Formats: sequence, C-alpha cells, structure tokens
Amino acid sequence: MTTISPHVHSPRQKQGFLAWLWMWLTTLDHKKVGILYLCGGGFFFLIGGIEAILIRIQLAVPENTFLVGSAYNQVLTMHGTTMIFLAAMPMIFALMNAVVPLQIGARDVAFPFLNSLGFWLFFLGGLILNVSWFLGGAPDGGWTAYTPLSSEYLGSGMDFYILGLQVAGAGTLMGGINFLVTIINMRAPGMTFMRMPLFTWTALVTSALILFAFPALTVGLFFELFDKIFGANFFNATNGGNSVIWEHIFWIFGHPEVYILILPAFGVISEVIPTFAKKRLFGYSSMVFATVLIGFLAFMVWVHHMFTVGLGPMANSIFAIATMAIAIPTGMKIFNWMFTMWGGQIHFNTANLFAIGFIPTFVMGGVTGVMLAVPAADFQYHDSYFVIAHFHYVIVGGVVFGLLSAIFYWWPKMFGKFLNETLGKFTFWFFFFGFHFTFFPQHFLGLMGMPRRYFTYFKGEGLEAGNLISSIGASGMAIATILLVINIVITTAKGKKAKGDAWGLGRTLEWSIASPAPEYNFAQTPLVKGIDPLWKAKMEGNKKLTPAEPLGDIHMPSPSILPFLMSLSLTLASFGFIYADINGMGALVFAGIGIGLMFLLMLIHSLKDDHGFHIHKEEIIETEKGAE
Amino acid sequence: MKKNWQHVLRFLPLITLLALLSGCGKDGVSALEPFGEIAREQAKLMIISFSIMIIVVLVVGIIFTYVLVKFRKRKGQEEYIPRQVEGSAVLEIIWTVIPIILLAILAVPTVAKTFSTSDTTSKSVTKDAVVINVTANQFWWEFEYPDDKVVTAEDAVIPTGRNVIFNITSKDVTHSFWVPALGGKVDANPGQTTKLRLKADENGTYSGRCAELCGASHALMYFNVKAVSNDDYKAWINAMKDGASEPTTASAKEGQALFKNNCMSCHAVDSKDAGIAPNLENFADRKNIAGFLDHNKENLEKWIWDPQAEKPGALMPKRGVNNNLTKDQIKQIADYLFTLSVED
Amino acid sequence: MSETHTSIEKLANPEKATLEGKNKFLGFWFFLGGETVLFGTLFATFLALRDKVASGPSGPELFSITTTFISTMILLVSSLTSVFAVMAMKDNKLRQMQLWFWVTVLLGLCFLGLEIYEFSEYLSEGLGYKTSAFSSSFYTLVGTHGGHVFFGILWISTLMIASYKKGITTVTAPKYYVAALYWHFIDVVWVFIFTVVYLLGILGD
Repeated sequence: MTTISPHVHSPRQKQGFLAWLWMWLTTLDHKKVGILYLCGGGFFFLIGGIEAILIRIQLAVPENTFLVGSAYNQVLTMHGTTMIFLAAMPMIFALMNAVVPLQIGARDVAFPFLNSLGFWLFFLGGLILNVSWFLGGAPDGGWTAYTPLSSEYLGSGMDFYILGLQVAGAGTLMGGINFLVTIINMRAPGMTFMRMPLFTWTALVTSALILFAFPALTVGLFFELFDKIFGANFFNATNGGNSVIWEHIFWIFGHPEVYILILPAFGVISEVIPTFAKKRLFGYSSMVFATVLIGFLAFMVWVHHMFTVGLGPMANSIFAIATMAIAIPTGMKIFNWMFTMWGGQIHFNTANLFAIGFIPTFVMGGVTGVMLAVPAADFQYHDSYFVIAHFHYVIVGGVVFGLLSAIFYWWPKMFGKFLNETLGKFTFWFFFFGFHFTFFPQHFLGLMGMPRRYFTYFKGEGLEAGNLISSIGASGMAIATILLVINIVITTAKGKKAKGDAWGLGRTLEWSIASPAPEYNFAQTPLVKGIDPLWKAKMEGNKKLTPAEPLGDIHMPSPSILPFLMSLSLTLASFGFIYADINGMGALVFAGIGIGLMFLLMLIHSLKDDHGFHIHKEEIIETEKGAE
Repeated sequence: MKKNWQHVLRFLPLITLLALLSGCGKDGVSALEPFGEIAREQAKLMIISFSIMIIVVLVVGIIFTYVLVKFRKRKGQEEYIPRQVEGSAVLEIIWTVIPIILLAILAVPTVAKTFSTSDTTSKSVTKDAVVINVTANQFWWEFEYPDDKVVTAEDAVIPTGRNVIFNITSKDVTHSFWVPALGGKVDANPGQTTKLRLKADENGTYSGRCAELCGASHALMYFNVKAVSNDDYKAWINAMKDGASEPTTASAKEGQALFKNNCMSCHAVDSKDAGIAPNLENFADRKNIAGFLDHNKENLEKWIWDPQAEKPGALMPKRGVNNNLTKDQIKQIADYLFTLSVED
Repeated sequence: MSETHTSIEKLANPEKATLEGKNKFLGFWFFLGGETVLFGTLFATFLALRDKVASGPSGPELFSITTTFISTMILLVSSLTSVFAVMAMKDNKLRQMQLWFWVTVLLGLCFLGLEIYEFSEYLSEGLGYKTSAFSSSFYTLVGTHGGHVFFGILWISTLMIASYKKGITTVTAPKYYVAALYWHFIDVVWVFIFTVVYLLGILGD
C-alpha cells in the first residue's frame, strides 16, 4: 500500500494493532472494502463448507445417527443460508468492489459511505445468524423458511434467521444501489455502455436484480417476524392466513437471487477466457444482450419453484415456457465462450482452468434446469436429490467455479502478489473431480426417490452406493479448499510480486494501473477509445493509455467509523427482537434503543459534512514512480 | 414381471447409468420404474427432455474438446497474437435458433402432459374414481374414504387399475405427498386442498413419503400405498366398516383396557373416527410402525416406551420413560394392537 | 469532485451541479425503485388477504371515507407545498424554502394524527393486529406507509433545522431535493392505498 496524505485524516501513520484495526473499521476505500468482503465471505464459506461436510458424514451410510432430527435440519439450513447469503453474495461484492471501479476508470464508488455500511451490515448480519448456534440452536426451517413451520412451529433459531438476513439484506441492497450508480454515473470519458467489460455489465445487471428482488424478501421476513413475535396472521391458516403467500414472496426474491449469484460468475468467465485465449470476447453485443435478457427473465419464472403447490396446469405451463426461454440466452453465452477460445491460444493456468471447467459443468446444470422446467416431470424431481444435484451444478459448478477463477485471476490486482500456480492446479483438480463425484450421483438418488432434507435413508433402497460416492467426493472439495487456504497463507508470506499488467495479457483498464491499485486508482482518468482499451493500446505499441485530464490533486473521502457503529446499533436492535420472542416483550426496549441509536448516527452523518482530503500531485507522481 | 422388462427397455439410457452407479434399486420406490399411468407419463417426459438435452451436451462437449485440444498454447508460440474476431452473425443466429427449435419441440409434450396428468376433474377420470382425503400431520398421514366414511392412517389401500383422486391438505405445516412409483408429488398446504390423481397398474405396496421439510422427523414421514384388486378393495372397505376383531388372549384384553385408559383420547380404533393421532383400527395389517419401523412387537414396544427416541419431535407422549406405564403393560398394549386387523 | 460550498446563484439545477449531487439524485431514484417493490409486495399480500377477516370485522364495516378523504387531501397538499419548497430552492430563496418545507412537515403531522385517530377507532371496534389475516395485512401496509411519513417528517425537519446554518449550497441542495422526492413518493403510495384499500374496499363490498 502506498503512504500518502500528510493530512491528519490518514490514521495509517499511527502504528500498532489498534491503528491497524481502526483503519479496517473505518475504511471507505472500495478496494479495502473489497478485501473485507473477501475475508468475510471466505470465513463464512469455510463455515458453510464444514456444515456441508457434516451433512455428507451423516449421509455417508444408511441409518446413520451422527446428526438426526432438528440437529440435522439446523446444519442443512445454516449450510444453505450461509453459502447463499454469507459466502457467495459477499464474494461477489468483493469482486465488484475490487474490480468494477477499476474497469470503468473511476477513482471511487458513488457512495463510499454506503458501501462500507453495506459490508458491516452483511458481516454483523452473518454473525447474528451464526451466534444462534450458541444461543439456543440455529435456524432449522431450511434456507427457504417455509411457513407456517418457520413462523409457528420452530424455536428461536428462526428469529436469528429472520433478523440476520434482514440486517445482511439491508447491506446487500445498499451495495446494489451503490454499484448501479457507480456504473451509470462514474465511467471514464469514452467508456460507453457498449464498451464496458462484461464483468462490469454483469455487475450492473446483478445490482439491478438486487434492487428489485431484495425488498420482497425484506417484506416477507417482516411478515414472518410479525407472525412469530406479534401474533400476526399472514401465514396462520386458522385466522385466514395463507402460507403460499410466503412461497410466492420468497421465490419472487429467490429466483432473481440465484441469477444475482450466477451473472457475475458469467462476467468472470467472460473476462478470464478472452484474456487467456489472447482473443477478444466473441459476440460482445450478444453477450450483453443475453445478460440483460437473463436479468429480465429472472423475475418471470419464480413459479417453477412452486410447480407442486397446486397452482394448476395453466400457471405451471406458462412458467414452464418462460423458464425454458432462459436456456436460449444462456446457450448463447456458452457458445460465445467456446468460440472465443476457437482460434485463440489457450493458457492453462489455474484461473483459466476454473473458467474452462465451468463450461461443461454449467452446461450439465443448465440441461437439468430445462428438464426441471417440465412441470409434470418436475412433480417427480421436485424436492428430491435431483434438484439438489441441479442447483449445486449451477451454484457450485457455476458460481463457485467462477469465484475461484476470479480469485486466482484478480488476486495479483487485489494484493500485488500471485497465488502459487502449482498448488492452484491441485486445488482445481481436487475441486473439479470432488465436485462431480459429489453431485453427479445425486441426480440418480433423486430419481430413485430420495427427498432432499432427509437426515437418513434405509438399507436396501439402493441408495447406499450413490450416497457413499457423494460423501467421498465431498472430501475432494474439502482438500481443495484446504489447499487454497495453504496457498493463500504461503503466498501472503512470500508470493511472487505482480506488475500492473500482472498476466501480461490484460485487456481491460484494471491492468493498466499498479498492482495493487493505489488509493486513488488512476493518477489521470484514462480516455477510453474502444472495447479492451489496454489491449488496444498495447497492440498500438503504447505503454500507457491516453489520459483524459491533466495530473492534479485528487480528492478522497475521509474514513469513518459511523458505518460500523450503525451496523452495531442495528445488531443491538435485532437482538431486541430476537429476545422479544424468546424472553417476552420487555426485550423490545433494546430494539428501540438500537433503532434510536441508528437514527442518531444517521443524524450525525447527515449534519456533519465530510470535506474529505486531498492527495497532492507531488505524492501521486512519487507513487506512480514507485509503481513502475 | 414381464411388463417390467418393457419398462427397463424404454428407460434403458437412464437405467444403464443408474445401474452403473448403484446397482438395482428396490422395487416400487423409484421414479424411473413407474408402476402407474401418471408416473409412466412423467417418466416419458423425463426421457424426452433427457434425450433432447443429451444432444445439447454432446454438441457442446464435442466443440469444447476440439477447441481445447486444437487451440491450446504450444511451446514456442509465446509471441503469437490470434486474430481478434468480433463475432459472427451467422453463427450467433444458428445457436439462437436451434435451441429455440429444440425447446419448442420440448414445449409441446410438456404443456400437453402437464394438463393431462393434472386432470382430476374431467368426467373421464372422475367416473369410477375412488376419492381419498389425505390429511398430513407432523409426522404421519391420515386417509379418509369419504364415500364410505372410513378413516385409516399410514397405509392407504387403493384398487388397482382405477383412478384414485387424492384431496390433500395439512393440519399443521406444509407437507408434500409423494409416491414415486405411482406419480409425482403435490403439496399439502394448511387451510387449502390440493388434488392429485394416481392409478396403479399392478397390485403391490408402493412406498410414499413427505417431500417438503416439515420439522425434525421430516425424514421419517413415510407411508405406504397398497394397491389391491378391485374386489379385495371392496372387501377391505366393508371389513373396515365392520370394525376390527375383538381380542381373545388375556394379555391382549388387559392391553385393550390399558389402551382405553391411556391412548384412546388421541387414537381411535374405530374407522368412523378421525382422532388427533393415527387411527389404529387396522393397525396389525400395516406394513410399518409409525410409518417406517419394521412391523413387529419389539419395535412397537420400543415406540410406545419412548416415541421420540425413534422419531424426533413426534407428538405422542412418552409412555414408558415417563413412568406412566410399565414394560409389562406396554407389552400388553402391543399384544392388543397386534390383534387390530380387518384382514383374515 | 467538488466539495466546496459553491454559491449556487447561477445554477439552474443546484441539486445536480456536482457528481456527488448527481449520484445522490440517481441513487435515490433507485432507492425509490426498491421501495416500490417493497410496497408492491405489501399491496399484493393485502389484496390476497383482504377478505380473510376470520371472526373480526371487515374493512367496509369500519372504513370512514370522510376521514381518509381528508387525509388524502392533506397529503396531496403537502406534496404541493414541497414542490413550492424545491422551486424556492432553485431560486436560491432560503426563507421561502424553509417556510414551505415547514408547512409540508406540519401537514405531514396532521396526516399522522388522523391516521393514529383512525387506527384507535378501528381498535376500539374490535380490529386488533392479531384479529385476522385481513387486520394484520391492513395494519402492516398502512402502518408501513405511516412509518414512512414519520421518517419523512423527521428527515425534513432535520434538514430544515440544519438549513438555518448551512443555507442552500451544492452540498445541501441535493439533500433538500431528494427529501422532497421521498415526500412525493409516499404521497403517491398513499394515493394507491386510498384507492386499493379504502375505495375498492368500500366499493368492492
């Protein structure tokens, strides 16, 4: 990191652990927030992974008693909730923070304060969810939290689910708005929409999906909370409530949610494959079109999660056709990726191995998706291990492969050092084979009648072999993850240093600046003249991009502790609600205090103008010299 | 079993993979080995969609492999710069239009079968159909035959070759009613009724289960559907109406008295009554205890002693552990319950 | 990225004069998009449950069209006064802006007062929050709107108190502008509530 700014605003000059901690608690730098997201997401990914292993241990042999009843339900609920909301989402935000402003030639995000608040809300929301293990049991109603089971029949675990997700969800929403505005308003001169790198495009569409999907979840969670602690009747059939409403609300959110996860993964693949094939992305415009179309269709297909609810053949057929339609833009993407490699020069490094491995894996998840879209057949697949296999093919085989590819690809840009390639390739092969061994047999387990969320199965049903293979496969993924952690530790201590254009093949703007990027990103905002501006400049024999402005002082926002404090006050309020359900309404006092504190902090933020600080021209010249 | 062979032929592609993976499954549990009209139609759809999708996977797989082999980076080409191709309108149209055609082909049977398999009301299916009202509970199933005013639990008896219309609801949380060998599932929503039509081709016992997370013992919420000949079905209904035979042994008589004092407030033994726990009129004829345990006295005694040890979260009070009943008394109750039969 | 308190006399749209202002403006529109989904979900749920009165009273039995009509008028007028405030802001007339915003706040308070009165009436006639699915969805929808009005009052009041010190600058103008935007939004939501909950409730009977 660069040392800059003689101003008092920069506390980095203080020494010691506390100063270090304070820096991370108060940072508004999107690159640091990205690292926070990566650490937070990585931490929860490990927890979710351990939960997955527990599930596979229980199911390795029939009639196992390792984890039964509610205990198993807690683990499966937390596995799903953690992986979706606390691992995949934040890792996507990590990438968006680390990469998007750099790809569009921006110095900062539109709302650095909200950005930081978004992170702390996610992180504390995740902690609220996870402390439930020690405070009376984790949620056990499934990540889908169907009512009235979750709202009336289960214990306090579901309170932690509701409030944890409420807090984390608020953070996600803020992140979404931040990136929408950042991408629309803060592009460098010449960076038109149709010149934006695909990852930025997918970040834009994903942010839009977040904006329009998450409020539905917010409302649904409030309904569940009110049913649970205030005795409302949204889902209570005896007083006229209707549990199917929850299913609609959840999936109106839930289906876009899975596209929120997969689109940025598509974006990653669309960056990594061209870079390591030394070729521009094939069919750029159709890729953009497909991304936007998938985003649209995301909101039109939620009922395919509810074919068995009894909405009738008409509704089921309409949503079946809409669901099948999604295969078209997705298919376009697959072919475009393959034809990007066609005629190129494919480099098999770890980042690209994950990107290449993504293609067949995701295709398999995609075709089972089309099979699932057939309602009459879905009556058989639904809530069986066939569905488990399908969505792990798209979420692990798609999202996680994409994320791992991105981590290896952008790691040098984020940290200035490469991850070890040898260890990385071991990670890939263990993960790839572990993954397929784990989830391929599950297709058949489902067809043979094994429902999801079953803590056991009986001898003699023919389910033994498939489950055992699946459990062995899971250990492959576990080994891959451990290798990745070792890789990170080793290379952090003594990794190979990265240049600005770390791979030597960079095409987009992020590779035109130092690794890691200086605090101000671009000494001079670049002038963008086309798709893949860096590649173009290099081909024209230029070392640097044409700047769009003269070198000058750069204004930066000051760090602030308020986002962290605001998140803490909402955490306090959450515990007020949770304990109102456990211990009685008295605990609502804490909810009141928490919300009051939140308002107070908002007031302080609103009234206190942040003048920020300047990084002076001379310092910038100094820093840029160091980066050469 | 010769009919089975035809099924196997038809589903060869899937079955081969299946056999490779796990040997043969148990009869009457798998969606791939349909024993009824609905399941068969659904399996056909699976095969159609699977076949179309195999084409897609093969095409992608071939291009993918070719590309990786042909265009991999070779030694000594470090300076090579590939031509920067923008795209190809022709190719892009091809891989947009072909999937549209494939999906259109798939869409036709999809819509047709979705309507035909969901049909529970047209004359052709309701004529001569048996109606069964299913009520799902944590964690057991009640079956009521409204035309005959007969209530039973855990094992539904249906006539082979006749349409059966299930009217499904739930008393507590959302469950889902699934008999894989006979057809797909439909949810049991509290406060609502959903309909499902099934038809069995052959006599036999088909395993059913709950497919929507419903609490701690979701994994143990099994039931059975027993398909018998139409005559046997009618005989069974009449026998149910007549009631179970009275106990004869001393132990069973003691058990009956104990049952009346301890269990009757929840469990009915007369098929006219629903009760808040499973009706036990034909308990001795059932395939399993509590839906999943092997049907023997030893298991029954264990169950009555401490139901939650067998089925976490079950609502039945612990009779033995809480010292309400002694081991001997529980044995007598078990003796009594094993006399509750309507079959000869 | 200007951070100074530029005088705005020559600016036609002071709220969009800086990049921060533009970001705030666009971000707030997006936020309102999210709020639309939030209220949409509440409306859809209310429509699904409005006939499910269990053993409690139904909407048409309770609703007083006069009270809600007055509420509607009050909120519509308050929207108009906030327009005047923003016009004054664009003309750089601080006093006038403050006056109109304070009138807006006052009308907002009247609206809230009426709503509290209305709810207490319903409560006394036996429509508690726990009474039925209808009552839960009604109070949640209308109450969420009321909460938004309350937040709007707090927000605009805070801005106004600060405005005596800070005046109208390129930093403060976007704040006034988005606060007014928010106020319009909750006004529009109320028009929907008035139509869907009250008018349809009474007519649909």
